[in-house]
Amino acid sequence: MAQTTKVFGESVLRKEDDRFLTGRGNFVADMLPPGTVFAKFVRSPYAHARIGSINTAKARRLPGVLDVLTAQDLKDQVGDIITAWAIPNANLKTPAYPPLAREVVRYAGEAVAVVVAESPFIAENALDLVEVEYDSLPVVTDVETATKKGGAPIHGDAPDNVAFKWTLAGGDVDKAFKEADVVVSQRFVNQRLQPTAMEPRAAIAQFEPGTRELTLHVTSQNPFVHRLVLSIVLKYPEHLIHVIAPDVGGGFGSKIPVYPWEAIVCHLAMRLGRPVKWVEDRMENYVATTHGRDHVQYVDLAAKKDGTILGIRARVLANLGAYLSTAAPGIPTILFGFMVGGCYAIQAGRVEVTGVFTNTTPVDAYRGAGRPEALFLLERIVDILARKLKKDPADIRRKNFIPADKFPYATAMGLTYDSGNYAGTLEKALDKVGYEKLRKEQAEGRRKGKLMGIGLSTYVEICGLGPSAVVTSTGFAGGLWGASTVRLHPTGKATVYTGGHPHGQGEETTFAQIVGEELGLPVVDVDVVHGDTKLTPYGQGTYGSRTTAVEGGSIALSARKVKDKARKIAAHLLEAREEDLEFTDGKFVVKGSPKAAKTIQEIAWAAYMAGNMPKGVEPVLDATTFYDPTNFVFPFGCHICVVDVDRETGQVKIRRYVAVDDVGNQINPMIVEGQVHGGVLQGLAQAMLEQSVYDENGNLLTNSLIEYLVPTALEAPRIETDSTVTPSPHNPLGVKGVGETGTIASSQAYVNAVCDAVGVDHIDMPITPEKVWRVLQKK
Amino acid sequence: MATKRKKASPKRKSVRPENGSHMITVAVNGRKFTRAVEPRVLLVDFIRDDLRLTGTHVGCDTSHCGACTVLLDGRAVKSCTMLAVQADGREITTIEGLSEHGRLHPIQEAFKAHHGLQCGFCTPGVVLAALELLRVENAPSEDRIRTAISGNICRCTGYQGIVDSVAAAGEMMRPRKG
Repeated sequence: MAQTTKVFGESVLRKEDDRFLTGRGNFVADMLPPGTVFAKFVRSPYAHARIGSINTAKARRLPGVLDVLTAQDLKDQVGDIITAWAIPNANLKTPAYPPLAREVVRYAGEAVAVVVAESPFIAENALDLVEVEYDSLPVVTDVETATKKGGAPIHGDAPDNVAFKWTLAGGDVDKAFKEADVVVSQRFVNQRLQPTAMEPRAAIAQFEPGTRELTLHVTSQNPFVHRLVLSIVLKYPEHLIHVIAPDVGGGFGSKIPVYPWEAIVCHLAMRLGRPVKWVEDRMENYVATTHGRDHVQYVDLAAKKDGTILGIRARVLANLGAYLSTAAPGIPTILFGFMVGGCYAIQAGRVEVTGVFTNTTPVDAYRGAGRPEALFLLERIVDILARKLKKDPADIRRKNFIPADKFPYATAMGLTYDSGNYAGTLEKALDKVGYEKLRKEQAEGRRKGKLMGIGLSTYVEICGLGPSAVVTSTGFAGGLWGASTVRLHPTGKATVYTGGHPHGQGEETTFAQIVGEELGLPVVDVDVVHGDTKLTPYGQGTYGSRTTAVEGGSIALSARKVKDKARKIAAHLLEAREEDLEFTDGKFVVKGSPKAAKTIQEIAWAAYMAGNMPKGVEPVLDATTFYDPTNFVFPFGCHICVVDVDRETGQVKIRRYVAVDDVGNQINPMIVEGQVHGGVLQGLAQAMLEQSVYDENGNLLTNSLIEYLVPTALEAPRIETDSTVTPSPHNPLGVKGVGETGTIASSQAYVNAVCDAVGVDHIDMPITPEKVWRVLQKK
Repeated sequence: MATKRKKASPKRKSVRPENGSHMITVAVNGRKFTRAVEPRVLLVDFIRDDLRLTGTHVGCDTSHCGACTVLLDGRAVKSCTMLAVQADGREITTIEGLSEHGRLHPIQEAFKAHHGLQCGFCTPGVVLAALELLRVENAPSEDRIRTAISGNICRCTGYQGIVDSVAAAGEMMRPRKG
């Protein structure tokens, strides 16, 4: 049967969709093993307090309650939570992060006790019966107050509330500022956000006393990281821990960290000998699942009169919350500082980041993780420069872009950008939006009092994490290679075992496309297995837009190894020389004799029967690859937002949103576009709506979807997408990453548009109608 | 808002078993279930835990995210905002009830064809909310679609794929003329 094997680059419909569309997804909360008991956590209503006594007697007496544990009970059983990103040369303080609060609670929502009961209702009722005495301490939630002299210390070993001071510098920054004709400066607040994956976090732990195996089903983006950290925290052998992350309902970074309560349910399952299930509700999610962003930034840009940018400086206070979450120290430093030069050939830059402890929920990765904070400050300050010099924001970008013929390009901040054509995406986006015409309309409208704004955002980001030697040199406790096994079965069907763990990104399909393309198999014949530490090779999971570039690269290499082996077997079976074989449409054909051919399925059968194998070739048709890339990948693009502002109310309406992205080769353009749509809306959400708010006592006011404004379909604009293709030169597929590009690009496109419309240097996010109205009142 | 209440068994009395539970009968996806439920049990928990139909999800508990949306007598409701006992004698459609004989419903086909889902968690609720609209209006404008699904939060898609899916589903469900 003839089959189309050209599947790379096609918008193949997703293999994973049917199960979700029919209600047959398998999320952690859907599971209910026989005998399951339910854990709930007593959480502190105080943001900072000394714990007096904890009386669990009444709760224990409630019928159906099986256990109530406090920090005292976990001593020597569940260790402190560890940080996996110990950034060097920053005097990093790592105060104890106890699984349940010991003596002091440091944020509202920190767990002080756990209750286990026969039903979730009983557990919930028992929470109210646990009596905890709190003696309140001074509370600080914002970084500027926390670092003032005399501020109340949160940890004894960080008396000034400073977790680290990290500096990155490149080029002669002082000279750049000395030689500048113009320096523009601005304070930016990149506000705290709540990731809000629609699936709350959940965990079910089971212990098998016979084999001593501990199995944890958990909402994780990286099950092997969970297994490793849990083995350390629980002091339990890694090979006896089985972590499964089944279908995961979005993560956006918030399901990377290993959380204390995941370790605690494991402990409880071993202690009670019953499956223990914990599912958070949204309110718990908002206080107890990590938050993102939360920078205060002081930025200076030095330039010549003609708009040439000479240097950039950023002093940043990054809020880390009360404890250091798994990747927390690396987000506002490594993933932030290196990118402050963006698309521009800036020869000098200095970034100084102070990580700050506060009485707030720990902060960790959130979609983009450091890069949105960098690109926002850069693209905003460049617009402020353009305004100051009365230059077109497009011209000032054109003037400073790294030219397309200069790649690979070594930046002043110390990276080597792999490939790029920044002017290419800018011009395409300008063309698509009809820039000249819009500027004309804007000028005419202004005379009539109409406020229309055009916001440009040109970005480049670092992803595809990453070469292990580089990431481990930044203190990250984990190589970031890709892992895969590609296995053909006797009937010629294939299974791909990947170390990535897609949770919405569609790699069950794109990875099948990679193998389909390499081996000439229909996508339907390729199954992708992920998220189970007993099935796949040791893998790093899915985050940092790494999965397609790194895990996908590994899969391509495994598939090519399979093909090489298949060629040997085919040559043997056809009694031909390997170099005389051609591989087309899933079969090896002897050049010039089209009838002398073996299909990949026939070869798989032969490889398993193994009665007629070439000398020295092992039976079976599979291959495993651990692929460590030589560099990161650097996707880029230009987003343009066009807004109309109502002068009377300050209401902003998005008229157009154009996104031209270059993510290298695209395996599945439909999925790429979907990633852009979702990413853009998350960035726009930050610009328009979202913001975590704490009161003066450290209570999170935005603790439900009533207060925390996630956009609905009514706030979401239609996004016009397009792309250019500049392949990455260094990975097997020429692909880059796309999961975070939209978020990294879009906030500043919106803010630039609003500032352009109302004629002001800056408005902090989220841009509410009130803020716009107040700016307009001053004019 | 007036919805006709179809009684599954008109003469049935509210039976009170010893533990304070009520006996209820609901028709779910065309099949009748009679169960004893505690008065405090939410409809969503009844559907998920008692009937083990786990395609209906819980994303917030405060009726804002819409992941728990089901059709109750044809109307989209958030099943986390209703008690199971309030569903006594009524008809419920969950996501599991849409496809027939292994064939996807047109709205499911459309979501697949137009990339209307990514992680899949909000999807069942979005599909049912949209289906309520399409059953009364088969050529809705984009604004109508966006309004109809505005009670359902999706964090992955930016809604564009969803809106396009619903529009395409409307077209597929429209009766052919001539």
